[in-house]
Amino acid sequence: MENFFSRYKNPLVLMLVLFIQVVGLATQVKRSESAKPSDGGGPRLIRVWTVSIITPFEKAASGTGHFFRHAWSNYIDLHGVRKENRELQEQLSRLKMEQVRLREDAGQAHRLQALLEFKERYIGKTVAAQVIGTSGIEQSRIIYIDKGSKNSTGLKPDLPVITPDGVVGKIKEVFPFTSQVLLINDHNSGAGVLSQDSRLQGVVKGTSQGLLVVDHIMLDEKIEVGEHIVTSGGDGIYPKGVPVGTVTSSGPDPDAEAFLKIRVKPAANLDKLEEVLVITKMAEEMPSSNAGPAPQRAADILSQRLPSAKQPDAKDAGKVPGSAATPVPAGTRLEEKKAAAPASEKKTAAPVTTPAPAGEKKSAAPVIVPKAPGQKALDQKKVDQKKPVVAGQASASQTPVATPGAETKKPATDQKKATPPGATATGTPATKKSPQSGLDTKKPADQKKSQSPGAAATVGSPTAGSSTTKKAKSSVAKPTPAAPGQTSTPAATPDETPASKKPESEGQPQPPSSGEKPPQ
Amino acid sequence: MNIGVSLTSREEIEVHRFSWMVSLGVPALALLIQSYLPLKMAFLKIFDLPLLVAIFFAVARRRPVPGMITGGLIGTVQDALAGQKIGLFGISKTIIGYLASSLGVKVDVDNPGSRFLMTLAFYIIHHIVYMVVNLGLVGASAPWEWGHTLLRALANALLSVVLFALLDKFKLRT
Repeated sequence: MENFFSRYKNPLVLMLVLFIQVVGLATQVKRSESAKPSDGGGPRLIRVWTVSIITPFEKAASGTGHFFRHAWSNYIDLHGVRKENRELQEQLSRLKMEQVRLREDAGQAHRLQALLEFKERYIGKTVAAQVIGTSGIEQSRIIYIDKGSKNSTGLKPDLPVITPDGVVGKIKEVFPFTSQVLLINDHNSGAGVLSQDSRLQGVVKGTSQGLLVVDHIMLDEKIEVGEHIVTSGGDGIYPKGVPVGTVTSSGPDPDAEAFLKIRVKPAANLDKLEEVLVITKMAEEMPSSNAGPAPQRAADILSQRLPSAKQPDAKDAGKVPGSAATPVPAGTRLEEKKAAAPASEKKTAAPVTTPAPAGEKKSAAPVIVPKAPGQKALDQKKVDQKKPVVAGQASASQTPVATPGAETKKPATDQKKATPPGATATGTPATKKSPQSGLDTKKPADQKKSQSPGAAATVGSPTAGSSTTKKAKSSVAKPTPAAPGQTSTPAATPDETPASKKPESEGQPQPPSSGEKPPQ
Repeated sequence: MNIGVSLTSREEIEVHRFSWMVSLGVPALALLIQSYLPLKMAFLKIFDLPLLVAIFFAVARRRPVPGMITGGLIGTVQDALAGQKIGLFGISKTIIGYLASSLGVKVDVDNPGSRFLMTLAFYIIHHIVYMVVNLGLVGASAPWEWGHTLLRALANALLSVVLFALLDKFKLRT
């Protein structure tokens, strides 16, 4: 017997070691099947020890690399920085002007959402983290970040991880000073997604080759190459509207004949991640129709941003419609605005009017305002900056066109902004920003493909805004007949508002609710 | 390339030893590099430095038990870092450690050619064992990518020639 053991010592030891490992592996598999938490078990301990030993060195290596790169880029390699600074200043000026417009759009979106009783779900709090390591193998796509449970960051498993470019993944495990992030292209990853243009919902999954594929989309659906894919928010992990990637190919799935196989190029560069954001808090609240800061005129904002811009008349500044401090009757406003409005506006003023926002309608008498269908409803700030037109008075110089549910007035000289109600409603949420993260404010996650086109198009996404705006702009050129004599209600009811929305893919003016069809 | 695989008697084979610093430091460094460098250059993931180190130590020591334990430990740490089930790489590298040290007893593995062929074969065996365990025990449905595996095996075999020559300098001759 002793001879047997000494003779076969090595194979026996091998079998023993393998047996122990197989039993350990089987235990883990069994545990994961019974969905018991792995915390506190042996594997967890091994992971914690391993990560605790390895990651300090990775942090040191990463920190050293950052130090040298920082020193090089900030102190040595400053070639062309003046030129870049000048370009950035110009870009900043442009963006500030754009911000003025977006703020108005956001205000309007808030009002529309309040009318629809939408609950906003947006990124409430994020934690910036540095990527310090990877799994090191091709079979699993995992990265390590330098924030853990003892960094007082509130990290926990399943929190979404993003970059400004798009989705990165979610936290898989949290260790004392580091966390493990499962990348979106790992074969164990998945997320509910939405195609930005066609609004098709599906599930994006990683493959063993590190690719992203969207499945669960029927073969008869059409999705174009180049279409942007964003998160749908339906998985309960990722917030809605975060870019996931771009469709690179679409064709029948050889494994499932009834479905499409769509390949997606990740929006975030998952192979070269340096810094990421972990979304630690998702805020959900009912938008207020009076959301935002105190009423401020767009002209005032512009004058603050651009000192060279013409200062508005101080007298007008105190007469902001909707301002609680100085409520101005609708009838008197027109006279003042007419006087203040530039001559060019007066000449080219087109029938674009809407009633006041819901907030001010309470204080002001209901105003029947002519408004051309297909034109965008603006908030009251915009109205003051531009030439306001009030019902009755406007009809003297303009062709009155009434649209139900319209809220604010807008001169047609602002062709850039004159978009159909539907287009405005769809485009606006897409450009609305979350204060902390700069990402888009999210809408209810339960929006389904089966929704009406207009409703589906209301889903906000970061890039949807631009496309929607373009489409909306194009629709401006197509005049839509008015619904003469039709009167607008002071405040659009929830039933009315969806009708004013149009699918962003259409980009056509909304026909009047009276049943008239727009001219072809 | 000069490929030489010669059969030798057990007495002719030199058994090498390493200092404890090298025994601990080199595998740890391999794991660290394997984890950190793909962050900067993603294509480096095709290399499996821990496997190469496990093969090197097993072959140089020419003792199956230390070889398989070294392989098993390196594999287990790799599993822990990779976030996968612990034991996948552990089992694979245990077997490789055993085979490499057993081979080292019988074959001259100090020749660059034999090292190239040996690493090529061990990498493929390692992958097969990994896939079998992954499919059979864990129930994963990873596809068999033979072309890619062969490419990786070639890349690792080439790297092993250089790496083993470098690691030879740490040998303590007895």
